[in-house]
Amino acid sequence: MDLRFGDSKPTDEERDAVDALLGPPESAWEGADDRSDADLRWARGGRAARERRDLLLPGLHALNDRVGWISEGGLGYLCRRLTVPPAEAYGVATFYSLFSLKPRARTVVRVCTDLACAVRGAVPSAERGGAVEGVTVEDSPCLGLCERAPAVLTMRAGGPAGLSPTPPLPETGGSAPGPPNRRSAPRPQSPDRLEPSRTGTFSARPAFEDEAAGRSAADRPTATGHLPLGSRAEPPPAQAVPQAKAPGLILLRRIGVVDPSSLDDYRAHGGYTALRRAFALGPAAVIREVTDAGLLGRGGAAFPTGRKWQATAAQPDHPHYLVCNADESEPGTFKDRVLMEGDPYALVESMTIAAYAVGAKHGYLYLRGEYPRALRTLEHAIGQARARGLLGDDILGQGFAFDIEIRRGAGAYICGEETALFNSIEGYRGEPRSKPPFPVEKGLFGKPTAENNVETLVNVLPILTMGAAAYAAIGTPKSTGPKLFCVSGAVARPGLYELPFGATLGDLLGLAGTPDNLRAILLGGAAGGFVRPDELDIPLTFEGTREAGTTLGSGVVLAIDDSVPLPRLLLRVAEFFRDESCGQCVPCRVGTVRQEEALHRIADRTGAAAAADIALLRDVGQAMRDASICGLGQTAWNAVESAIDRLGAYE
Amino acid sequence: MTAIPLQPPRRLVEFTLDGEPVRVPEGGTVLDACRAAGKDVPTLCEGDTLKPKNACRVCVVEVEGARTLAPACSRRAEPGMEVRTDTERTRHSRRLVLELLASSVDLSTTPRAAAWLKEYEAKPDRFGPDAARLNEEPRVDNELYVRDYDKCILCYKCVDACGEQWQNSFAISVVGRGFDARIAVEHDAPLTDSACVYCGNCVEVCPTGALSFKSEFDMRAAGTWDEAAQTETTTVCAYCGVGCNLTLHVQDNEIVKVTSPHDSPVTHGNLCIKGRFGYQHVQNRD
Repeated sequence: MDLRFGDSKPTDEERDAVDALLGPPESAWEGADDRSDADLRWARGGRAARERRDLLLPGLHALNDRVGWISEGGLGYLCRRLTVPPAEAYGVATFYSLFSLKPRARTVVRVCTDLACAVRGAVPSAERGGAVEGVTVEDSPCLGLCERAPAVLTMRAGGPAGLSPTPPLPETGGSAPGPPNRRSAPRPQSPDRLEPSRTGTFSARPAFEDEAAGRSAADRPTATGHLPLGSRAEPPPAQAVPQAKAPGLILLRRIGVVDPSSLDDYRAHGGYTALRRAFALGPAAVIREVTDAGLLGRGGAAFPTGRKWQATAAQPDHPHYLVCNADESEPGTFKDRVLMEGDPYALVESMTIAAYAVGAKHGYLYLRGEYPRALRTLEHAIGQARARGLLGDDILGQGFAFDIEIRRGAGAYICGEETALFNSIEGYRGEPRSKPPFPVEKGLFGKPTAENNVETLVNVLPILTMGAAAYAAIGTPKSTGPKLFCVSGAVARPGLYELPFGATLGDLLGLAGTPDNLRAILLGGAAGGFVRPDELDIPLTFEGTREAGTTLGSGVVLAIDDSVPLPRLLLRVAEFFRDESCGQCVPCRVGTVRQEEALHRIADRTGAAAAADIALLRDVGQAMRDASICGLGQTAWNAVESAIDRLGAYE
Repeated sequence: MTAIPLQPPRRLVEFTLDGEPVRVPEGGTVLDACRAAGKDVPTLCEGDTLKPKNACRVCVVEVEGARTLAPACSRRAEPGMEVRTDTERTRHSRRLVLELLASSVDLSTTPRAAAWLKEYEAKPDRFGPDAARLNEEPRVDNELYVRDYDKCILCYKCVDACGEQWQNSFAISVVGRGFDARIAVEHDAPLTDSACVYCGNCVEVCPTGALSFKSEFDMRAAGTWDEAAQTETTTVCAYCGVGCNLTLHVQDNEIVKVTSPHDSPVTHGNLCIKGRFGYQHVQNRD
């Protein structure tokens, strides 16, 4: 490859942001200002230069976090540093909605207009009006703050004020786990600080914070243009858990009980007993326990976790990778955020166990870009665990080496799809790959990879501490264990609930406080389906919802009352899929657009006036379901179909 | 005419295609089997010189036991699999893919598109007069070839040919997302400000005529482009010693386009700027 770079130069700020991530350039070939004599004789190229492609996304974050947008000069400098063709980097940068390739204000307010917030009165910018000086306001898909809906996320770009960038780490000779020619594992973080110190993880620290508007009318981002810009303390994670500190909780038992920043507190509450048990059992027995426990993936697809681990562990190709999918973006889902913010060490411990089981030395935690607090909490937790020998070369003196690297997403629902997530980590556009081959065979960097959702991983802890049999006794024979439900919308006590599998929808809504004027319940998020208020006896299990012709998905339970017209919510679902389609395959790229157009046409129509467009929707929907590459396109018509067939929308 | 390099014999995989047993060499795709069996499966993004991208989904077939349809172009044949190419489901998805494309993209220069639309009884007008289209203007920013992205179905073939699969120039990429995704160089600059080396290998693989020789574009605009009146002569490029095969497309005794045979073991359809675009001297009689 013979790269051609334009004439645009980076500003000092941009150069500084990239250098803070990658260290200073080694030569003029990599963008240093002064050409030395050595540069004339020697240039790094070929494989060694190109193998850092996976740092492209962290590099884009570094620029965006510092300046607020990505300029030609900044992008060009990053490309030079990483030997990435500028056209490809531009293609990657334009893929993500958190990045801007045009100048914008340093403060960006992202207003959630998605389902849970719409039910609670959020309005899209077109209807909002009013501008605030020095602030760019953007509509956003679900921010995962549904229990506090309506929500906004404020992101402030800026330098690490007063903090000097981390000095570059010395190059290691390939002893570090993970892709070769990589800087050594991030250095230990100073303990007990949650301040924005620059940690050694590759994600540049964002100088942003998130704030959710309260529920009083004055706080709502309404037509007045008022936006809550004042810095306000975010409520503690436990506030998202109405059951916090209740006896009998398994997954949520530490939330609101332990200090999320304290490893000692975690250990005092049963932390790291599961890892010790895992070491006592050995990897094969850990997989057997997880298989016997009947654990099914909680990210939406309900694939048996034990089988996935077994298939990964059995692959002769090495290295194996572990990837934690924390790119929780399904509208109405916030369970992983609460787990990560309230009990971060549980995820660190369970990732360590999973890595031990599948034989991975390097784990990636792909975290949703819109979760700054979870990022802070996890960075701190990982640093602590590393400092205490719970991550690193010799975990608990057992000779097992494992470390976790956090990668931030940048605003793309599709990156929650497992293979799109691999492409995103690798520095490519987050487009799903076609399967087969499956990730257990060829996953991240083309190597065998076990990818699990946060909630799935956290379930491994009780499996090991209670034993598979005791765990499997919880729930139903086909859906074992406890399950988290994200209850939002028109309920008295929205939040994250834990119930054993088998509880009915009515049980759950009873806990959360159902309104009298309940119109429908959306199960599983935008990719899920609506059910009627007279179907509250549906058992909340994988098999029970399937028999009822709906889905559990990722555990979204969104209650909808009659305050918001149903067609408007359906339009929002259609808009969501149109915005989030990656554009790779025709059925999804054009189908989601045609779906939205048809729903626009029939927004105010019913009966015969809507019949032709409903037939059209069915045709398009069937093709999207049958012929799309990935789950996004395949499920993009689910919610609309269920609203038509089950709720009788447009009748 | 072309030398076929001998390869070690491959084992055959046997499976059922529309009820008939078929065999393809190991590693072959369902599409290979369909073509060997004489079945006409429509394809757009599939390219004989490129790895399957399976983006267009017009070649979908039904594989017994699979929840969704599978793209014939990239699904490897497995022993014992049962594949159906002409079921109601496959016809439905193919029809919809054609309708969705034809309602948003200009398929007027896509070979066979009209026949497929007819065969699958596709009605692109059903989405109404307000259905969103790409609405792109042709980009004429250099003397050699034109990018008319109103005809682009986003098959990724040009990106793959420009990038790691052939040319290694990486001048273009897919940018943006969803319906707004387009092929562009960095910062959507003109081609002349990009890494493009004008090899024209993207033009060679473009299945819709979105990328075309400037000569073809101009003649089409003038109404003088007449493929039926053209002759094709395959010869050897005279510029250097590599020995690339050129196919000269000649209309009215003028070279109007240069391609290269995709089965040529020297070029695999690829050329450089001289072979592809440097033919004017042939016609210079002064």
